[in-house]
Amino acid sequence: MSKYPKLLLIAALAFGGSPALAQKMGLGRAALPEEVAAWDKDVRPDGLGLPEGSGDVLTGEEVFSDKCAACHGEFAEGVDNWPKLAGGKGTLNREDPLKTVGSYWPHLSTVWDYVNRSMPFGNAQSLTADEVYAITAYILYSNDLVEDDFVLSNENFASFELPNAGGFFVDDRDQTELAAFGAAPCMENCKPEVKITMHATVLDVTPGDPTDDAPAAEVVEVTAEAPEAAPEVVAEAAPALDPELVAAGEKVFKKCAACHKVGDKAKNGSGPMLNGIVGRAAGSVDGFRYSSALMDAAAGGLVWDADALHVFLEKPKSFLPKTKMSFAGLKKAEDRDAIIAYLSTFGG
Amino acid sequence: MQDESGKTTTRRGFLQAGAAMGAGAMLAGTTAAAQSADPLITEIQPWAQGLGDGVDASPYGLPIRFETDVVRRNVSWLTADVISSINFTPIHALDGTITPQGCAFERHHSGAIELAKEDYRLMINGLVDTPLVFTYEDLERFPRTTRTFFLECAANTGMEWAGAQLNGSQFTHGMIHNMEYTGVTLRTLLDEAGIKPEGKWLFVEGADASSNGRSIPMEKALDDCMIAFKANGEALRKEHGYPVRLVVPGWEGNLWVKWLRRLEVTDAPVESREETSKYTDTMADGTSRKWTWVMDAKSVITAPSPQMPIKHGAGPLVITGLAWSGRGAISRVDVSLDGGITWKEARLAAPGQDMALTRFYFDHVWDGSEMLIQSRAMDSTGYVQPTKAQLREVRGMNSVYHNNCIQTWWVKPNGEAENVEVS
Repeated sequence: MSKYPKLLLIAALAFGGSPALAQKMGLGRAALPEEVAAWDKDVRPDGLGLPEGSGDVLTGEEVFSDKCAACHGEFAEGVDNWPKLAGGKGTLNREDPLKTVGSYWPHLSTVWDYVNRSMPFGNAQSLTADEVYAITAYILYSNDLVEDDFVLSNENFASFELPNAGGFFVDDRDQTELAAFGAAPCMENCKPEVKITMHATVLDVTPGDPTDDAPAAEVVEVTAEAPEAAPEVVAEAAPALDPELVAAGEKVFKKCAACHKVGDKAKNGSGPMLNGIVGRAAGSVDGFRYSSALMDAAAGGLVWDADALHVFLEKPKSFLPKTKMSFAGLKKAEDRDAIIAYLSTFGG
Repeated sequence: MQDESGKTTTRRGFLQAGAAMGAGAMLAGTTAAAQSADPLITEIQPWAQGLGDGVDASPYGLPIRFETDVVRRNVSWLTADVISSINFTPIHALDGTITPQGCAFERHHSGAIELAKEDYRLMINGLVDTPLVFTYEDLERFPRTTRTFFLECAANTGMEWAGAQLNGSQFTHGMIHNMEYTGVTLRTLLDEAGIKPEGKWLFVEGADASSNGRSIPMEKALDDCMIAFKANGEALRKEHGYPVRLVVPGWEGNLWVKWLRRLEVTDAPVESREETSKYTDTMADGTSRKWTWVMDAKSVITAPSPQMPIKHGAGPLVITGLAWSGRGAISRVDVSLDGGITWKEARLAAPGQDMALTRFYFDHVWDGSEMLIQSRAMDSTGYVQPTKAQLREVRGMNSVYHNNCIQTWWVKPNGEAENVEVS
């Protein structure tokens, strides 16, 4: 037996490994410290992982209004179906509890961590550490948990406890459910009678047959057939659109579709609906509340022709510094060409 | 298609046969008599005469055009947009146990990203001897494993908690799929980096913009978790995490991080958004269960069901469905036709496998009267799928996730079915 360890050692050395690594495959390579630093950004409740920095409520309000409010509302109250971040205090034991940072989240670190790694939606990991501190401070303020002079920093972070910190307990199904749900199942005369107590059809919230949904592809086909039926309309339209470019634009538009709708049933969402946008006067969709910056530009005669859209979409915040649209922009000219072509297929 | 004279010659014969063939005759298994010769048989059909597609017609085949309704569907009112959203597997129309990738449900938090194998990196860091980086090619050189597991979203059936809501097994139970995964165990990868003794948790993180991250106890990670790069024999689909996703057998789907980019060994959970503000179960008193990872035993009748009405009338009827448990293998499934008063054991298509879907059949001769059909799963630990009332007794009315209650379909005499809740 004594021979074998020596042989193993020699074999391991021959392959450039050490005896301790004899079991390893030797695949991959050591991660560099700067690589680990670039990806290891998670933050724990004890504050482990927080970078140095700070942010106050008022700065947070500005950044929030600029980068978060399009979905979460100016007061973190949530727009449409987007998450509400404030309110709901005292609702957890009631019907339809409202779960927000203030009413439900147990750890402030989770807010910082999530905002830092995953927000803003569509432009993640674009915030500075100070902006994340400021946004976090503003969310606390929106929940009436701090005053407007509050400053959050890596120094005071771990000492801050959210109201529902003690509201969670570890899965106890083994104690509370397994025994009850582990009895020999009844096979006959299990209950005296059965009555229907609720029907799904009463609510009527089930989507219809797939063919009822009128997919966008069919809409495009109809416009393609239009020339014969209504030649005047075609004469008004821009030069014939390249179908490949339109298809590419449809793909790029996915970046916008969270806030902007197009097509038959398009309604305003976090952003205005975009039917007929190409060539239309800015700020002219009924029922949408534009930023004052955009309304100013509209008053100045801004028309969303292809050129204006090109400049705006390249870097929205440069074109219109106070726009509500929190979108970084489309750097590639071909993406902008494609999206403008795609939008051109949706008439007003 | 058939000419009139062809029909009239046998008309009398059909009427006589029809008069003799009441429901009783059908139940007795009498074979129906034909009304007239079937033109599909007596006439030469175009497909029997002409030629079909060549072998180069579809290098990657899709379902035939007659099956276009067997697709994933979403429920637009559930979420604010379709990027951070979910759709549903058409389980009502599938059989067997393996879910084809092309119709297996999707859930994204920042959309399904395109990540090429060449651009893929997996990092192991934290409490390890050597933090490591692997390329996709590196991962393919580790000893490989192939296993079949179900993946169920913790929110599956969540919309039904407060009452019968969505009319179709696709919508009530379709946040599930079952695939055969090929990849490398986490134990193999973590051993390569060397776990330090204080490393009790593993934080797993995806490469997409949502950077979904979850904390998994090291015991589970080393027990049966794996990274997968193949599903049902072929590369993962983009929407399921191409090129590499995590597989966490029997545990809620949110842990199965897609586009997996990092494994961090830690001494405590991170308490990320998805493990605190989401996927936690609020009880009647307002306190909430956390770390409810394992998916309890559950089953559903996939047909007949609201999207799969009985069109053939009384007589032989196949009642079928799926059963699964995150705690082990399905050992038995019972079916009730009267809303839970009487139960009979169903036939399992194959013995249950650990943490994988099991198909069951209940061969019935339907008399054409209304039924309240239910299924009830049991697993190898002795756990019996509860009723909604039993679950509400423990958890109250405010829960959403981890609803594994018995489902009821009301089958009417005309064969249509509806999602109902019963006493």
